[in-house]
Amino acid sequence: MNSAVLILIILGYLGLIFYIAFLAEKQRNSRWVNNPYIYSLSLAVYCTAWTYYGSVGKAATTGVDFLTIYLGPVIALPLWVIIVRKVIRISKSHNVSSIADFISLRYGKNRSLGAVVAIVCLLATIPYISLQLKAISDTFHIMTDAPISSGKGVLDDSTFYIALVLAVFATFFGTQTSDATEKHKGIIASIAFESILKLVFFLIIGIYVTYFMFDGPSDIYNQISTHDNFEKLTTIGGIEGAFNWSFMIALSFIAIFLLPRQFQVTVIQNTRVKHLKKAIWLFPLYLLLFNLFVIYIAWGGNIINGDTAQAEYYSILLPLNNGNIWLALLVFLGGFSAVISMVVVSTLALSTMVSNNLIIPYGFLGRFIQGQTDSNTQSIKNIRRVSIFIIIALAYLFYISFSVQMPLISIGLMAFVIVAQLAPSFFIGLYWNRGSAKASIIGIIIGVLITIYTFILPFTIEAITGSTSFTDNGPWGIELLRPQALFGLDFMSPTANALLWSMTFNLIAYLIFSLTSKGNYRERNFAEIFIDSKNFTNLQDNALVWKGEAYVEDIRNVLRKFLGEARTERALNLFFRKYDLPQDTQMADARLINFSEKLLAANIGGASAQILISNVVKEEEISLVEVLKILEESKKTIDSNKLLKDKSNELTSLANKLQEANEELRIKDKQKDEFLDTVAHELKTPLTGIRASTELLIDDLDEMPDEIRSQFLKNILQDSDRLARLINNILDFEKLSTGRTDLDLKYQNISKTIRNTCASAQSIASQKNCEIVIKNKSSIYLNYDEDRITQVLTNLLSNALKFANEAAGRIEISYGRQKGQLFVSVSDNGTGVPNEDVKYIFDKFFQSNHQNRIKPSGSGFGLAISKQIIEVHKGEIWYLKNEEGGATFTFSLPIEKEKKEDE
Amino acid sequence: MSKKIVIVDDEPNIVMSLEYAFKKKGFQVFIARDGEEAFNTISREVPDAIILDIMMPKVDGLETLERIKRDPALVQCKVVFVSAKNKESDIKAGMDLGADKYLIKPFSVKKVISEVEELL
Repeated sequence: MNSAVLILIILGYLGLIFYIAFLAEKQRNSRWVNNPYIYSLSLAVYCTAWTYYGSVGKAATTGVDFLTIYLGPVIALPLWVIIVRKVIRISKSHNVSSIADFISLRYGKNRSLGAVVAIVCLLATIPYISLQLKAISDTFHIMTDAPISSGKGVLDDSTFYIALVLAVFATFFGTQTSDATEKHKGIIASIAFESILKLVFFLIIGIYVTYFMFDGPSDIYNQISTHDNFEKLTTIGGIEGAFNWSFMIALSFIAIFLLPRQFQVTVIQNTRVKHLKKAIWLFPLYLLLFNLFVIYIAWGGNIINGDTAQAEYYSILLPLNNGNIWLALLVFLGGFSAVISMVVVSTLALSTMVSNNLIIPYGFLGRFIQGQTDSNTQSIKNIRRVSIFIIIALAYLFYISFSVQMPLISIGLMAFVIVAQLAPSFFIGLYWNRGSAKASIIGIIIGVLITIYTFILPFTIEAITGSTSFTDNGPWGIELLRPQALFGLDFMSPTANALLWSMTFNLIAYLIFSLTSKGNYRERNFAEIFIDSKNFTNLQDNALVWKGEAYVEDIRNVLRKFLGEARTERALNLFFRKYDLPQDTQMADARLINFSEKLLAANIGGASAQILISNVVKEEEISLVEVLKILEESKKTIDSNKLLKDKSNELTSLANKLQEANEELRIKDKQKDEFLDTVAHELKTPLTGIRASTELLIDDLDEMPDEIRSQFLKNILQDSDRLARLINNILDFEKLSTGRTDLDLKYQNISKTIRNTCASAQSIASQKNCEIVIKNKSSIYLNYDEDRITQVLTNLLSNALKFANEAAGRIEISYGRQKGQLFVSVSDNGTGVPNEDVKYIFDKFFQSNHQNRIKPSGSGFGLAISKQIIEVHKGEIWYLKNEEGGATFTFSLPIEKEKKEDE
Repeated sequence: MSKKIVIVDDEPNIVMSLEYAFKKKGFQVFIARDGEEAFNTISREVPDAIILDIMMPKVDGLETLERIKRDPALVQCKVVFVSAKNKESDIKAGMDLGADKYLIKPFSVKKVISEVEELL
């Protein structure tokens, strides 16, 4: 392919990536930019050109151990989610902007430790970036069919320009604000997009090789099995191999947490913690898919090429040699995508560390204090921009001087081993409060030195002198010090060897120095915050222990230099409101100090923020014991606050219950009043009739016409009956409710009872223009007191008559047997019982206020008596609103078979 | 000219006794069984006195009295409540609405007649 055409395609592709980033940045709040899928895909920045080309190379030359790099993260993921959740929570609450900032925060915002971590990350990442550049350069030459030569000038090298464009991209989208915790939505969206492309293109080439160049997996397997080194390519390789395997898995396990680019996408760029839930299965799935065809591409390449000289580029060479240039182009673009995302995220992460942990805390703070907001934020941005270009320039330099001779995979592993030196400080620091800054620094430095000696030095010496005597014989011929077989352990791979020894000494140093040195109170303060992050994130600004003298005005001035007038005022107002302090508070307390440090940390890193604030305050030393005591007290305050809250909630609910009970009593009381009124009315009305008629009969006996006299006498009789009935009802109810009634139980047919009751109600019903329908015909025999059940049915019927539709009333009676019970329902087509009344309708004092007559026409006993009757029959009675909106009363009676005596 | 009286109660037996007694005294008697009916009769006849029960269907005695008091044509009508409700608060509520008398059931027919005659 013509190199000019390829360059055009590359430029077009970069344009697309820029456009996506631009679009995402513009629509940064829309749903397609903020979702768990984008987050999970951005994690796939883990798969770089090393994965794209290096895995195939490794599978072709040394066998299946390429898988370890992906198995590590897959195995780690459940644990990863637990740890990362904690890390994200801490990072968000303290405005952490990089892994260097995070580790230094844990050890009391230690400036030196931050710098050491930043340097380690640089050491690990710059060669890694150069590896990416090498991959682009190599594949570019393969695509254009030009010989790979290192003799060309820098300006003739297309790789140089590509590196430059990547730097511009990272600068443009990565340094728009001075706040390094700002979410770079554009970059993340473009990375997610690239993650899809690189996976899809790699799967396409995998399918192409496996199914189009060969006849599927079994064909490749059959062919490769005749090769000499088949055994080596398909097995782990005995105990020694297993040893190497487990080291590699551990290494990649660590890398998934600590690689700067990985920390950037998982922690700093995380918008919502709950996105982890998707990532926990999506990310491993992605890694597994990516590795699906690696082995077939590798074996296919071996079969076709006969040797493994250019094994790393099989995926591009195979289609190219087969004349399929467009497929090769896809693979090239996929690899290119992997490179862009890795380079952009890495440089972004590194530039933040370089500016916030190396440059600003060591020389720029004085200038910032003199400067103004605008110039300060501009300086911060410029420092980052320059850092990005320097990092890429360094990577390019490394590439042209070293990596041409080194295979991709060894540069990648070197980065892993170096970055793994942060593991003790990081992991143990999260869960052990004794770990100290001094111990971390010493451990990391020792670890890195051993890595250099055992891993980097042999490669470098070989690359420069071309001799392997240093590696084979050790320095000055001392066998025990052979770098790749330290202390005589010669069965391990160089990587496993380097990892084992560097980590061992790193860990020992970390533990010993942590236990022997005490560390200052700040360290211990943050140690407690990290270890008990859940509790202390709740404590918020209270978590910092600080004593001294500070003026709000001084702190305000410092904040202004970085945040500007408006943002400072807004932040302080918020702070005062949150803690209920007056706006004109003069003296600053620990909470304000902590709050301000966090605000500044986003811009200049935690260590610098602490230095700046400490410049304007007079801080007192606090003893370690005091720190622990204060922390314990804060924790207790939280606990007791929680206890108080619980108690208060309990009391509130109790008070509510009391109020409810009270309300119920009040209603009952009112009902009782109303009932007494009703009873009085009901008693007095016939009494009044009797009284008046009798009075007239006595006074006027002689003059009264006969028919009037006899009418008065009839009235007296009628009223007396009415009185008697009411009194009977009251007595009846009393008797039923105190259980002094004997039921006259007989085994008889309910159908007959229902029909009889309806027949006697029929005349009133037709007067009221109401129709009564019995829906069933079957006979059901059971034991009951007929008079009592008739009383219930009469009650229900007269209620239904009272409430049924006035114009066209309809009452339906249905009955049936179910599960040993008889059910009888009486429904009307009225308006039903109002919801607020349902609770009370079976109470003896209850009379609905919603009857269609204002004067309650019953005594208020009907349903109460019915309920009593049904209950002494061991049945139940209840109310439901029916489908037409009217009322349905249903009662059940037990049908006891054994009582079926021949009566 | 004979005086007009309207008796409002939903209990026919009570109404019958009062009707007989007032007619005997020479009153022109009109009957209503609830508040609704009562108001129509009262507006039509403009009686000298009204005997008003309180607990009645549809529109009760208290509401009927309010409506009477709102009508300027009925200012002259004397109103006597007869009710089973005998609590202080009930009596006060009735008198506050502007009733002229409040008699408690059961009552003596003679007493009702003398109270009404006294009012007129």
